[in-house]
Amino acid sequence: MAQVLVIAAHPQLENSRATRSLMDAARRLDPARVKVRDLYAIYPDYCIDAAAEQAMLLDAQLVVWLHPVHWYAMPPMLKLWLDEVFAFGWAYGPGGRALAGKDLWLAASTGGPQESYRPDGYNRYFFDAFLHPCEQTAALCGMRWLPPLLLHGAHRVGKETLDTHSALFAERLASWPDWPEIEDMDPTPICDVPADARPTVDAAASVPGP
Amino acid sequence: MEHSTPWLMSSLVYLGAAVLAVPLARLLGLGSIIGYLGAGIVIGPWGLKLVTDPKAMLEFAEFGVVLMLFLVGLELEPRRLWSLRRPIFGWGSVQLFGSAALIAGLAVALGVDWRLALVAGLGLGMSSTAIGLGVLGERNLMATSAGQSVLSVALLQDIAAIPILAIVPLLVVAGAGGHAEAGGGWLGAAKALGVIAAIIFGGRLLLRPALRWIARSDTPEIFTAAALLLVVATAALMQSVGLSMALGAFLAGVLLAESEYRRELETDIEPFKGLLLGLFFIAVGMSIDFAVVLASPALVAAVVLGFLLIKTLVLMGMARAMPVPLNEAPVFVMLLAQGGEFGFVVFQTALGAGVISPQTSSLLVASVAISMLLTPLLLVLNDRLLAPRLAARAQGPKLDEIADEQQAPIIICGFGRYGQIVGRLLNANGLAATVLDHDSEAVAGIRRFGWPAFYGDATRLDLLRVAGAAQARVIVVAVDDIEQSLKVVDLVQAHFKQATLVVRARNTTHWYGLHARGVKHIDRETLDSALMSGRSVLELMGWQPHAARNQALRFRQHNIELLHQMAPHQGDEKKLISVAQQGRQELDELWSRERSQRRELRERRGDGFKAESDTD
Repeated sequence: MAQVLVIAAHPQLENSRATRSLMDAARRLDPARVKVRDLYAIYPDYCIDAAAEQAMLLDAQLVVWLHPVHWYAMPPMLKLWLDEVFAFGWAYGPGGRALAGKDLWLAASTGGPQESYRPDGYNRYFFDAFLHPCEQTAALCGMRWLPPLLLHGAHRVGKETLDTHSALFAERLASWPDWPEIEDMDPTPICDVPADARPTVDAAASVPGP
Repeated sequence: MEHSTPWLMSSLVYLGAAVLAVPLARLLGLGSIIGYLGAGIVIGPWGLKLVTDPKAMLEFAEFGVVLMLFLVGLELEPRRLWSLRRPIFGWGSVQLFGSAALIAGLAVALGVDWRLALVAGLGLGMSSTAIGLGVLGERNLMATSAGQSVLSVALLQDIAAIPILAIVPLLVVAGAGGHAEAGGGWLGAAKALGVIAAIIFGGRLLLRPALRWIARSDTPEIFTAAALLLVVATAALMQSVGLSMALGAFLAGVLLAESEYRRELETDIEPFKGLLLGLFFIAVGMSIDFAVVLASPALVAAVVLGFLLIKTLVLMGMARAMPVPLNEAPVFVMLLAQGGEFGFVVFQTALGAGVISPQTSSLLVASVAISMLLTPLLLVLNDRLLAPRLAARAQGPKLDEIADEQQAPIIICGFGRYGQIVGRLLNANGLAATVLDHDSEAVAGIRRFGWPAFYGDATRLDLLRVAGAAQARVIVVAVDDIEQSLKVVDLVQAHFKQATLVVRARNTTHWYGLHARGVKHIDRETLDSALMSGRSVLELMGWQPHAARNQALRFRQHNIELLHQMAPHQGDEKKLISVAQQGRQELDELWSRERSQRRELRERRGDGFKAESDTD
């Protein structure tokens, strides 16, 4: 019955600094309140137990995605988790309101420094531009998208910065939902889906077979 | 003293002698069999005279041999027995009849009556199953090619004993100008065949349900009683038609080798076998008639040396032709060269029929008993002198048992097809592993490929310790023998608690055994490769490769979960079947639900497209 569910995904945790440090920080919190799921450890064969994951999501109020940003997106395991767990008719689509009203918070790290995520930097866009798919995922499911916690230039930051960042992450997990910025946030946008828009192609892909 | 209960007195003597003599013999590095034989000599009519009638005890204790063959049979599935038919009938016959012919020929050449020569040849040509298989078991050599060859020859002797014991009395009849009952032989043969058929069919059809029924009563001692009853009944049935009791027990064992009660039967019978076999060796020691030996020591020595020499020559020729690996050849020869318990029976029968005189019989029996006493002594000599040299000659590097303390964090016990893959994966990842295998040939082969493998039996605590088990983080048990695998697991769990076990399971029964011991990392050796094949078939039948992979992985998961659910119901077949059926049903339902969802989805999507084209 953990209130906070941290879904962590790092394909090479052994080489990770940021994700590992944050994951460790989260694990030091009260496990009755904060549950950490290391997807690559739990599903080394990419065989995700969607039913179990859904049951845990139902219990949680805050869902946290903790991962490095690779190619401007989430790691493949987390994407697979999303595809299989946020199912049609459960997270979205007709009757799919299981996640509505919950919070979704992203804690991500990037290799590139903050200056690179600018129109004049080599990444050419502000980092926010790469978050639109996630934000919209939350919106379609009726989840509130909380302001992400980002660590740029994660390869280069010193131990001190990393520790401060991890402590901040832990503090925020512990203090949720008493965050000052939540007061000022816009209400979750409502995505009304017209009846003739269904079925969608991605729902059809969720069940494998000929 | 005379008024005390006789069985109490004799138990006191036998058990006391065994308990004193066997540890003493082992302490001297001589093995338990010499201990028993020595104990027999000491308490027998020529020692302390504590027992004066060794014959009765010998007859009783022969049952140990019967139990041993039952256990050997349990280890041998019918399929494997069938694959041994050539060594049994081919090489077994070469050994027995070759030796018998040479011994008899030499005797005739030395001027012995041909009938006596024939009886002596057949009797002395027989080997001791008790010693041969006993030593194989004690030294864990049953799985080696020498072990299999010894077993084959021993089995043929058991089979051949039947016609030999039937023919021996005829010798005197033929000599006396004969009133042979021609019909009796045929009738006997028919009866014998009938009994063997009854055992085979009864064993196939009735034994398993009967054992199941008994097991359900949940009274362990009744199961033990049933196990003993089974062996006794088979033996009695065989004896009633003049067949070898041991052969019958062996057959019964083979028929139960594939049953789910195999392990239970083994553990129940094992202690009885051990004690009775010990008693048998004591009885052999007691029955050495030292009066005969002392009366004509030169003759006894000549007989013993003569027949040992002839049999050794025959066996050495066989070892070369079969072939038995060079370093195993001495054990093969020594385990079959001595005379055996069937020899006693042959001479007894011949004496009863009047083919040979009591003096001759005593002399031959004494020779056999002395040769049996010599075998373990020769083996000790072999270990100390011959084996190291042969090992060196057989494969460049000397294959001593592992002796230097190893430090690697991983130990792999058993480095055959399975262990090698584990080892290579670890090695490729820069991990050091100490490899232990009890097949010296395999170890030599592995070393040629640059692996620092060690020769040693992982079921021995001292060798595990030398291999570094006390510091190891992981111990991989990849041996292919289920019993040995469980033994290694027990040892590790009792003595090296810090190490995590990763164990190869040969089959589901083995998996349950490991699971019951609390082993966490168990992998059934065929599961994953079979799933890969299933995956290929799904692909060939039109599934997308990735979908086939997913289904295979999901099936795997389901299958392992089911195994866990079934584990608590081991032994209760009804419950097992019902859990298995339920599990299968759940999977069927789940997947058919998914299939219909998929169909629905496709149809719905089709509707969607139709609606679109309608509006256009």
